[in-house]
Amino acid sequence: METRRWIVEVNQALLGKNTELAARNRERFHAHGLLVLNLLSAPGSGKTALLERTLNDLHGKLRIGVQVGDLQTDNDARRLMGRGAPVVQIVTGGCCHLDASMIAQANEKFDLEQLDLLLIENVGNLVCPASYDLGEDVRVVLLSVTEGDDKPLKYPTMFRKADVVVITKMDIAEAVGADLPALRENIRRTAPTAMVLEVSARSGLGLPAWYDFLQQRRSGFPA
Amino acid sequence: MHEASIMQNVFDLAFARLPSGSATRVVRLRLRVGVLAGVVPEALTFAFEAMKPNTPAADAELEVERVPALLHCRDCPCDFAPESYPAPCPKCGSWASDVRQGHELDLMLVEFAAENLTTDHPDSTDGERITKHC
Repeated sequence: METRRWIVEVNQALLGKNTELAARNRERFHAHGLLVLNLLSAPGSGKTALLERTLNDLHGKLRIGVQVGDLQTDNDARRLMGRGAPVVQIVTGGCCHLDASMIAQANEKFDLEQLDLLLIENVGNLVCPASYDLGEDVRVVLLSVTEGDDKPLKYPTMFRKADVVVITKMDIAEAVGADLPALRENIRRTAPTAMVLEVSARSGLGLPAWYDFLQQRRSGFPA
Repeated sequence: MHEASIMQNVFDLAFARLPSGSATRVVRLRLRVGVLAGVVPEALTFAFEAMKPNTPAADAELEVERVPALLHCRDCPCDFAPESYPAPCPKCGSWASDVRQGHELDLMLVEFAAENLTTDHPDSTDGERITKHC
């Protein structure tokens, strides 16, 4: 029996489908004049705490919507509700990252026209979410002062793609003996052009700069 | 670890090119994975071996071509191949660089095989080059 063999040269990006869907999301967001942020960090760095505080403090100033990704529970969505902003929980069912199709689905649960700013809290993970464009305008990577100053060097792919790096839990930096100069230098090495903010969602330290950034970026969009 | 979902994309792209109605098999897949792609080749291979049974790729081999990093210094400017990442420019010491090469995550080629193929395999699919062995 004759076996025929042939080769097909595909040369196609494996995440090409996600990139296409992300472009479609981005187009849709821009048609609604919506600024979109993708918030990324390890578990426990304080993404939800920063969002809680942001929703409280910007209530009445910016119309904010939130999509929050988690492997299993809807705990984060429940924490964020009741603050005047629509919140949609995306339960990934064990998947370690959000992708553009999950965002497209969640978008259906919002009236995007009624929003100025969409904050997407990704699954807590410094590896996989780096590879998935969601259609955001700004990538924000958070790390807390308790995580070790060499974290950016350990996860350079994530930090390299950051537009903004937020150092969180600054109110306890001294108590936990954080080496802030080393941390800042390691961020500079992995994300040399990123804007760096140092905040505490608990004490409010540094938050005005974060809010200024959000409002300035949003003001560049059509009303 | 998202290597399983990436491997699913590999299978989807490969199986979409199977000629319909024939007992064609996939016998080889070649990926190109940059060292900065955030993907571990060993985990890809593990996912491949775990997922291929009972598919048209049940007997296929996976080849993973690693692509080293090549950075472009924004301040010099010059290109350099770092031994690890991140790394400063060897000429001027700047850490500000763009990745020229190393973030690839592509399906390069698929090799198919079929016994007693009655219908011809397609000569071209969307401009993709097909090499006939026989």
